[in-house]
Amino acid sequence: MENNVVLSMKGICMTFPGVKALENVDFNLKKGEIRALMGENGAGKSTLIKCLTGVNKFEAGEIYLDGIDGPIVNKDTMDAQRKGISTVYQEVNLCPNLSVAENLFIGREPMTKIGTVNRKKMNEMAAKLMKDLDLDIDVTQNLEEYSLALQQMIAIARAVDMDCKVLILDEPTSSLDDNEVAKLFGMMRRLREQGVGIVFVTHFLEQVYEVCDGITVLRNGTLVGEYSIEELPRVKLVAAMMGKDFDDLANIKPEGSGDKSKEPLVIDAKGLSHAGTIKPFDLEIHKGEVIGLTGLLGSGRTELARAIYGADRAQTGTLKVKEQEVTIKNPIDAMNLGMGLLPDDRKAEGIIGDLSVRENIILAMQAKLGIFKKIPMAKQIEIADKFIELLQIKTASRETLIKQLSGGNQQKVILARWLATDPDFLILDEPTRGIDIGTKTEIQKLVIQLAEEGKSVMFISSEIEEMLRTCNRMAVLRDGAKVGEISGEELSQEGVMKAIAGGAK
Amino acid sequence: MDKVKKITKMKLFLPIFSMILVMMINVIYDIASGNAPFSFFTISINNGILYGRLIDVLNRGSEVAILAIGMTLVVSASAGTDISVGSVMSLSGGLCCMLLAGYGVTNVSEYNVPLWVGMLAGVAIACVCGLFNGFLVAYMNIQPMVATLILWSAGRAIGLLLCNSNIVYVRVPSFQFFGAYCGIIPTPIIIAAVCVVIASIILRVTALGTYIQSVGINKKASRISGFNSAKIILLCYVICGLCAGISGLVATCRIYSADTNNIGLNMELDAILAVALGGNSLGGGKFNLAGSIIGAYTIQAITTTLYALGVSSAQAPVFKAIVVILIVVIQSEPVKAYFKKLSAKKAAAKEAVQA
Amino acid sequence: MKKLKLGSNNILLAITVALFVIMYLGGCIIYADKGFTHFQTFLNVLINNAGLIAVAAGMTCVMLTGGIDISVGSLIAMDCMFLAVGMETWGMKSPVLMVMVLIIGIVFGLVQGFCVAYLEIQPFIVTMAGMFFARGMTAVICKDQVSIVSDKLFTAISNAKINIPFGGYENKKGIYQTPFIRPTVVVALLVVVLVYLMLKYTKFGRSIYAVGGNQVSATLMGLNVRKTKLLTYTLSSFLTSIGGICYCLNTMCGTTTQATGLEMDAISSSVIGGTLLTGGVGNVLGSLVGVMINGTISTLVKSNGKLVSSWANIITAILLCFFILLQAVFAKIKESKKA
Repeated sequence: MENNVVLSMKGICMTFPGVKALENVDFNLKKGEIRALMGENGAGKSTLIKCLTGVNKFEAGEIYLDGIDGPIVNKDTMDAQRKGISTVYQEVNLCPNLSVAENLFIGREPMTKIGTVNRKKMNEMAAKLMKDLDLDIDVTQNLEEYSLALQQMIAIARAVDMDCKVLILDEPTSSLDDNEVAKLFGMMRRLREQGVGIVFVTHFLEQVYEVCDGITVLRNGTLVGEYSIEELPRVKLVAAMMGKDFDDLANIKPEGSGDKSKEPLVIDAKGLSHAGTIKPFDLEIHKGEVIGLTGLLGSGRTELARAIYGADRAQTGTLKVKEQEVTIKNPIDAMNLGMGLLPDDRKAEGIIGDLSVRENIILAMQAKLGIFKKIPMAKQIEIADKFIELLQIKTASRETLIKQLSGGNQQKVILARWLATDPDFLILDEPTRGIDIGTKTEIQKLVIQLAEEGKSVMFISSEIEEMLRTCNRMAVLRDGAKVGEISGEELSQEGVMKAIAGGAK
Repeated sequence: MDKVKKITKMKLFLPIFSMILVMMINVIYDIASGNAPFSFFTISINNGILYGRLIDVLNRGSEVAILAIGMTLVVSASAGTDISVGSVMSLSGGLCCMLLAGYGVTNVSEYNVPLWVGMLAGVAIACVCGLFNGFLVAYMNIQPMVATLILWSAGRAIGLLLCNSNIVYVRVPSFQFFGAYCGIIPTPIIIAAVCVVIASIILRVTALGTYIQSVGINKKASRISGFNSAKIILLCYVICGLCAGISGLVATCRIYSADTNNIGLNMELDAILAVALGGNSLGGGKFNLAGSIIGAYTIQAITTTLYALGVSSAQAPVFKAIVVILIVVIQSEPVKAYFKKLSAKKAAAKEAVQA
Repeated sequence: MKKLKLGSNNILLAITVALFVIMYLGGCIIYADKGFTHFQTFLNVLINNAGLIAVAAGMTCVMLTGGIDISVGSLIAMDCMFLAVGMETWGMKSPVLMVMVLIIGIVFGLVQGFCVAYLEIQPFIVTMAGMFFARGMTAVICKDQVSIVSDKLFTAISNAKINIPFGGYENKKGIYQTPFIRPTVVVALLVVVLVYLMLKYTKFGRSIYAVGGNQVSATLMGLNVRKTKLLTYTLSSFLTSIGGICYCLNTMCGTTTQATGLEMDAISSSVIGGTLLTGGVGNVLGSLVGVMINGTISTLVKSNGKLVSSWANIITAILLCFFILLQAVFAKIKESKKA
């Protein structure tokens, strides 16, 4: 093993049923280095980490860890921890009802001679540990008394005290404010001086450039490259993540473009916000317009859409739908105003797994009609068959359970659910994620067709190309806020990436 | 082999299979004890009323069948059970008799208030109980069984209070009618049949079934698709309360008295068992009402058989508890996973042999 | 100087203690003529509820893991019947029977714990089946009421008084009444103290809290969640059996309907005593106060004389409901603070 390298992963391969999740991925981490692991959704970041911590079993490749001869295989996270690889997640994995000291030492408490827990000694040890890390914390208090940032630092302290060589921080800053982030970074820097190698998974660009020494970029399960922070300025990083070489961006002509700003307004949002997820934003959407929401994962695209739809009730601002001021408390209110939302998490919020394709298709329509106006079976069959035919949904029969369908076909069923309600304004959140190329193209065409029929569509995607192909206008989001809009001539790969990356670098 | 698999995969396999099993035990018992082998199925008309063990099962099973309707919906929508149904039965019977007899009176042969007032009040209080349970579960996010625990304890106690801790007898023929015979057929059978028919019509005509199942399977997705899951869960508990109320009145009319301490005793177990035997998962989601109903009568058949075998009503819960545990153990994830692994191993071994 | 923190959990416990004091003082004022002010009345609450105290201690442990055990009442009935029939019909000696009852408790708990921890079945369903099983078994052992009269040792323990050197009073005839407790009270309080120390100072005790606090975290921190749960349910049934012996020493008989609804008292004692239904928060001292509140309620109802005994059930249920709602409201406030 090379000098100074604490962790080296070589040629990691891993497949999920039907999908190549990781293909020949390398990852190297030096002692005392903070390395960002970057990539868009489905790039393979979390899969790679799971391979490292023993949650996933990889098929090929080797992992070397400093101080251990030969490749290591971790059976589970406990095993990884024993070898010195610890993970701290966004949701703190500690017990809020126990004291800080106990959280630090549970499972390895100091004992008295008669075999009971020596609480006094434990508290002393904990206090010393906190002092070493320069944290002002009363270790006898319950964990829940402290802010999320401090809880995270306590989790890190626990990991560090268990002799960790590699510390994985999985999106630790997602729910922290600036002050707390600064504290966390201070701690990370201190650990770096102690020689701990830190893997930092985040989607905040600013933070990467503030604290990291190096960046490893993944895309579609392959390694794009391992860079030092100096060789990869911000725009190039976005390009690497999005999959375009910045120097030779091919201009794709948008097919569905056209100025729709003269058309009547369908949605007019002013100052809408939801605490903790999306800062106040204004947005206008016209009839027959396809508006794209772009930005990196976690930039607030999904949250903006959800605030309009009422999935997360907007806490400030006003919303006008077709010139009428409305309040949307629940999705059903939005639906009655002619909206529909195809959620990004298909499994958790989209499909009703144990119901048939037919039942899934008529679901939203039924919800709009209400409980007493059941759609007659003949009509249900007619609608289901119509959409199975129209969207070419591949299913054994209309009575097949939706959970037995492939991802792409499940997505089409949910799309059919909304098309059946004949919406005026449809929000599609990552409609093409994790589905095959053919279906992707079909969905893109469908979006353009819907716009031609005079419906408005909000299109959210991580792939700029397909957005350019479909959108008339794009709103750009960064770090939980809407930062601008692009339309007309600016609608190009280059323009979009610059807008996403923001800043001067 | 494939055929066997197909049959065992059928929706109503479990309830029908257990029903047949219970019947077979009866046949064997009859042969062993020297009766005619099919005396379990013999139906005759004595003194102008239907007579026979099968009729007995149908008659006595009415209460459980009615309860099973409500319990099925509650289990489906909230992945929990309503353990207050037995107490609510007792409460509704108690209130009804108290009104009919007048407070503090223990024995009447004339109504104090019209019959319908008493009946309606009994059913109404049961609905209120359902509303209370539903509110705690749907709006306060309390685990269903903890929420219903409150009325499980208080329901019977309130019933006792209403009856002044006495057994209140209402010896009026029109009251007894609902627990006795309508022509040659026992009235409870008819009431249960009417309830089941109404429930199936409602499920057929309205979209209630889709609503409940959708909420039970995926609450979040249902919300995005425009369902108000809290309202639907609340509704299920109210329906469950309603069923408990009707069932309580049937039980009360049967003995034309409000024996608050004993009406509906241990009924919650029977109702839950009916749902589980009906092939419904106690983890919520898809439901099958027909299965639950068959399950309910199977439970009654088990009870009747146990009595025939000389097991007293106090001892019967032992066997039912074992059946419940067996069913939930088979349904449990680790056991399922184990069997899946086992069959996969078998298949692999088979392949290896063929290769 | 340590800051006195008024977290929501402390508020719950404070409400409970205040409630007990108010209730008891109220009783003293209203029913002074019925001897409510005598120290012995307080001791009687302890004596009458000795069994329940032990059961509530076990219930608290189970609820701390986020589970529940509703089999306890029936298990007590089964224990009592076993003891009674054992002594009267089978002619066995009471010490042997008591050991057997404890072993039955452990086995019973192991089976329930296995179903909950390793088969991942909802605790409610498992213990409900356990409840009906035990109740049915009581009737299988014997259908009728059996009174314990023949075993001298058992009778002696049951009648034994432990005098307390203070707090006595002179009755109407001027004879000094020495306040006393029964051996069962000593056993019950010993159980509470031991469980309290166990929860606070042993690895197992802390694991119980960790499992209730966050099961996923507990697993990730290297605790054996399943084993902890298994042992907790076993502990609960074991303590219930101790409670069963105490209960039997009080009633000196076995019947099929004994201790019906006792699970409810144990659960409400724990909840009123500050144990969260979601697990992770609470302690046995709170549950002891909870039992005392329940005991005081029934003493008050009895002192009234006119009220039907079911009032005690109703008031307990209302209290339980009130505390459950309080917990739910606190949980909601906590959640909204986080967001």
